[in-house]
Amino acid sequence: MSVQPAMPKCWRIESKPHKFCPGCGHGLVLKALGQAIDELGIQDKIVFGCDIGCSLLSWDFFNCDTIQTHHGRTTPVVTGIKRANPDVIAVAYMGDGGGYAIGSQHLVNASARNERITAILVNNTQYGMTGGQMAPTTMPGQKTETSPYGRDPEKTGYPTQGPEMVAAITPEGAYVARGTVANVKQLKGFIKKALENQIAGNGFSFVEALSTCPTNWRTNAEETWNFVEKEMTKYFKVGEIKVPGPREKEGQ
Amino acid sequence: MPEKPIQGEKRAFMTGNEVVAWAALAAGAEIMYGYPITPQNEIMHYWTRMVPKYDRRFLQTEDELSAGFTTVGGVLAGKRAFTATAGPGNTLMQEPLSMAEAMRLPVVVVVQQRGGPSTATVIYSQQEVTMTTLGGNGEGLRVVYSTATHQELFDYTIKAFNTAWKYRFPTFVLGDGYQAKMRESLVLYDPQTRGIEMVPTEPYVGKPGLPGTDRPPTHMRNTYNVEEELYEVLEQYLADYAKAAPQIAEYDAFDTEDADLVIVSHGVVSRACKAAVKELREAGYKVGYFRPITLRPLPVDQLRETAGKCKQMMVVESANGQLDRLVKEAIFGSTVEMLSLFKPGVGITSEEVVSRVKEIKG
Ligand SMILES: Cc1ncc(C[n+]2csc(CCOP(=O)(O)OP(=O)(O)O)c2C)c(N)n1
Ligand code: SF4
Ligand SMILES: [Mg+2]
Repeated sequence: MSVQPAMPKCWRIESKPHKFCPGCGHGLVLKALGQAIDELGIQDKIVFGCDIGCSLLSWDFFNCDTIQTHHGRTTPVVTGIKRANPDVIAVAYMGDGGGYAIGSQHLVNASARNERITAILVNNTQYGMTGGQMAPTTMPGQKTETSPYGRDPEKTGYPTQGPEMVAAITPEGAYVARGTVANVKQLKGFIKKALENQIAGNGFSFVEALSTCPTNWRTNAEETWNFVEKEMTKYFKVGEIKVPGPREKEGQ
Repeated sequence: MPEKPIQGEKRAFMTGNEVVAWAALAAGAEIMYGYPITPQNEIMHYWTRMVPKYDRRFLQTEDELSAGFTTVGGVLAGKRAFTATAGPGNTLMQEPLSMAEAMRLPVVVVVQQRGGPSTATVIYSQQEVTMTTLGGNGEGLRVVYSTATHQELFDYTIKAFNTAWKYRFPTFVLGDGYQAKMRESLVLYDPQTRGIEMVPTEPYVGKPGLPGTDRPPTHMRNTYNVEEELYEVLEQYLADYAKAAPQIAEYDAFDTEDADLVIVSHGVVSRACKAAVKELREAGYKVGYFRPITLRPLPVDQLRETAGKCKQMMVVESANGQLDRLVKEAIFGSTVEMLSLFKPGVGITSEEVVSRVKEIKG
């Protein structure tokens, strides 16, 4: 990365620099989201809900109406808003613990009902905010505070394949993709399509973003990028998984 | 514009759940979110049948966490939104209601109490008083109406929306399985014809204009960085609540002036107590009747005044002292002798109340 491009127009200057740790992927996901909002010119229509997890730090991140909800409960709050006012463009922003563990029933049922909302889930393979415990997405062998000897799939299962699950249970019209902070341009493209899919009223739109947490991974810059680019992609395939229209090729 | 659900006034004979659905319609509730649980199911059944005709909405959620949080969302969007639940569902409802307290969201919840703990029973019960008044990890910044008749279920369901939107505290209407399922006559009415103006709603999110340019963005949080920040917010909330409490508190009482013994009860049990007090008075007993209609906030001043005048107070409830604890806290310091008739999860008849008083008074 060479020149730092200007921050998205919909970002709120007063709350910058943001509060994520240096090297955290959350900022990059929110940049991709900000760019997508700018390109679509929908800043005045967005209602952004953020979960409890490190995503809670984004409660004053955008010049967009924002609600900080409870851990795992962003999907129902945003669903409730969208059902009551279908004119807004509703975004639920959450972590992997929030989406796949405590709030998994909400993700499953919002998917099955094809709620016209956009969910963005930041997968950093553990619980960042609470200090690095094992999450449903923790990699086999990965050491966390609650799997100090490495995750044993025999006892705790394999990493949750979130987008694949959502793709399997959503009706026609849903949009599902997995992007990565290692490719923000592509991630922005996925998020943009997810928002467009909501605007078109097609169905549930879900983007998982592979992300970094150097603080809890206890990695330096090189190790961090190696983990997100090489290790995580062994289990989590990047690309579009379900699209209402013609399918985009993987990794484009 | 769809026609008004009730034109003027209408006599009706129906179940409590049907009454709640009609009241929500008459109050202009726009959307209900809910998850099935006995004994509140028929509120959803009646609501969903009337939804298309009156241009309202409904979402059946995956559980009560979701029902509560989607209702929070409906309110954030600026709609008169409500949900209904009971027992274990009320337990799950406490998490979203704690967010509603933190953000001062006018969420309305109808609770048709059932027996507990756990799944227990579905008819008589007043065992959700502690949870409904003080549930969640907070300070009980909420309003709870306890209804005794179908007319009150109608009146207070309408009122709940107005109290919630006027004071911006989540508001509960308490009934129980017996009220929910029993048929009784009442008068349905269009609130306007009774001079009841519905407090206007307003959106928290999705307002017109570009946020940050035409208007400030709505940024609502429930997490605070430092203790002082939270304390400041809570001090304001608690001050608002203390100021509103005497305006919100309601009660019903008679024969307390010269009474030796005052019977305190709420909800459907107060009907038996009312009949018992009348009967005992006719038999020459100096008894009185006091019934808090709001369990939170309680009519504290009136309770204290009553306790100051009589010698004995007898709390009667279909629970093991849940109202009793609230009353004792309210009258703390009073020297009145406290007596009780507790039947957790069981109905109470006027005969039982009469014979308990005769037993005491000899
Ligand atoms: C009901 C409830 N249980 C537990 C917590 C504690 N908690 C806060 S954040 C968090 C985990 C966050 O992990 P994740 O969702 O993966 O987000 P991240 O911080 O990694 O971005 C937990 C368990 C909570 N706030 N609420
Ligand atoms: S703990 Fe991890 S996820 Fe949270 S802000 Fe720091 S780097 Fe980001
Ligand atoms: Mg995480």
